[in-house]
Amino acid sequence: MELVEAIILAVLAASTPLLIAATGELVTERSGVLNLGVEGMMIVGAACGFAGAWLTGSIFIGALFGVVAGTLMSLIFALMALGLAVNQVATGLALTILGVGLSGLIGAGFVGERITPAVHLYIPGLTDIPLMGRVLFGEDAFVYFSVALVASVWWFLYRTRPGLILRACGDNHVSAHALGYPVLRIRTFAVMFGGACAGLAGAYLPLAYTPFFIPGMTAGRGWIALALVVFSSWRPGRLVVGAYLFGAVTILQLHAQGWGVGIPSQFMSALPYLATVIVLVLLSRARTGGSTAPAALGTVFVPDR
Amino acid sequence: MRKSLRALAAGLLLAGSVGAASAADKLKVGFIYLGPVGDLGWTYQHEQGRLALVKELGDKIETTTLENVPEGPDAERAIEQLVRAGNKLIFTTSFGYMDPTLKVAKKYPNVHFEHATGYKRNPNMSTYSAKWYQGRYIQGLIAAKMSKSGVLGYIGSFPIPEVVSGINATMLAAQTINPNIKVKIIWANTWFDPGKEADAAKALIDQGADVIMQHTDSPAAMQIASERGKLAFGQDSEMIKFGPKTQLTSILDTWGPYYVERVKAELAGTWKSEDTWGGLDSHMFAMAPYTNMPDDVKKMAEDAQAAITSGKLHPFKCPVVGQDGKEVECKGGANLADGQILGMNFYVKGIDDKLPGK
Repeated sequence: MELVEAIILAVLAASTPLLIAATGELVTERSGVLNLGVEGMMIVGAACGFAGAWLTGSIFIGALFGVVAGTLMSLIFALMALGLAVNQVATGLALTILGVGLSGLIGAGFVGERITPAVHLYIPGLTDIPLMGRVLFGEDAFVYFSVALVASVWWFLYRTRPGLILRACGDNHVSAHALGYPVLRIRTFAVMFGGACAGLAGAYLPLAYTPFFIPGMTAGRGWIALALVVFSSWRPGRLVVGAYLFGAVTILQLHAQGWGVGIPSQFMSALPYLATVIVLVLLSRARTGGSTAPAALGTVFVPDR
Repeated sequence: MRKSLRALAAGLLLAGSVGAASAADKLKVGFIYLGPVGDLGWTYQHEQGRLALVKELGDKIETTTLENVPEGPDAERAIEQLVRAGNKLIFTTSFGYMDPTLKVAKKYPNVHFEHATGYKRNPNMSTYSAKWYQGRYIQGLIAAKMSKSGVLGYIGSFPIPEVVSGINATMLAAQTINPNIKVKIIWANTWFDPGKEADAAKALIDQGADVIMQHTDSPAAMQIASERGKLAFGQDSEMIKFGPKTQLTSILDTWGPYYVERVKAELAGTWKSEDTWGGLDSHMFAMAPYTNMPDDVKKMAEDAQAAITSGKLHPFKCPVVGQDGKEVECKGGANLADGQILGMNFYVKGIDDKLPGK
């Protein structure tokens, strides 16, 4: 039983940065913008988040630094891809390269420094409940925040008027523009939200997951977050399932190796990705036809006046 | 051909104009690094080696480094750039630079190259690496003494001979202390992903391992072991900051002495192409201080280190018995031959796991 609890805890921790980053990107893509710079924004968020926490001694301020850093990075993207209508794919890739370099520069002075990681919640009585106590009442704030975040995004997208308008921009920017909605402004906000989330997801790594800073510590998680958005077919509910599935397969394959299950480790390491592909195929077969991707995703919009 | 000649001419002109003013008679030494010097692991230790070199011969040489050079075609450009800038001795410090280094070496016979951990050489290209398995043998002894559960946790990067020989050396040593010792092996299939390394350490500890060893590069596993009150070994560099009560010792890549020796040879004009595979005796690596263990264990470790250094103790002393129960053919006389260790692709008896790909 203890082992089960330990596995669930590890899965939650491994899934949280993916869930946060992917939720942000989902909103960005729903507005019709494809920002492939998630990894770059995350990694800068990691460097700035650690710097903030180290300088102030506060995890909260560190997280805030991460959010601001991610947002600033996304503004560079917005300026290029929305303001100057440059190709979104190329801009996003460039943003990642820029981010990797920047994070090394920002973080250079902090390599090898240590901070006290984010505290885990502890409610006497509740947290001590066997099996589920620590899982439900003993996590760090990031884990609870990630769940609240994705729930709020769902509510925003499907239950509010601004959410409807945002989705309209993503599905048909010409019509949205004709109806008088400021497409570019809405998209800019969506891109900034995506950047803020990516920055926070990056900050989670040095603040809670592995409390130290080393260049390159995101190790491709931004790309997985991007894949998860496609996996979820742009729906928040499925995004949660996808993120936890990915985390679960990652952790379980490590345990399977420890138990000596006789499957090659290379295959096991590829399992999370294989699972993603399989689910994607199943989803696309189950649909009644037509793509669920926002129709205007990745297309440049230049309003004619 | 004409193109490269022209480029060479341009490079020489450039190198001449830059170099003439500052240091006409200083030897220029170049370094190509895989990661950032702040990675606290592999590249960081090469940078420490360069700093030792500068400290020792700084008035006679001028060093240049290129960080974050990806393995592949980019490496070739970077190495060539160093040649054109007038570097006469160039160290390329990762396995994946092997072919690019060889290509550039063939193009510039008057420049000397040194490639770390590779096996291809040229009259102007040497290779160098270290017998880290010796350090892992010492770690195996300590681990078996310190483990209460009798289960060791081992995080591997990729199932390549260097890593496999490390696991086997650890296990052979541990068995001399506790014949029933178990080792749980998790392959991360990456050299560097702190999050995944941490997850692997968590999984090993949750499954009962109480001493964690790693052949991946970040201090994440050390930190998890520290959090959970277990013991661990560092890798590449000193990681005791991340586990003051956790680190037993660490294998330290100390390239400094080698770099000094090779540059001295270059300065003296005696440099020639060689293959160096040095161990504790030639200071190609070192062991971090033995900490967090009782005095008798410490003494045992120090004695083993002395015996390995003097050549009295060899981790792969014949007979070595493979997982299938059969004795491994002993090609080196009393010990396995270097070639057998460099190409090791089997587990020794007592490892209750399957080598991936076997």
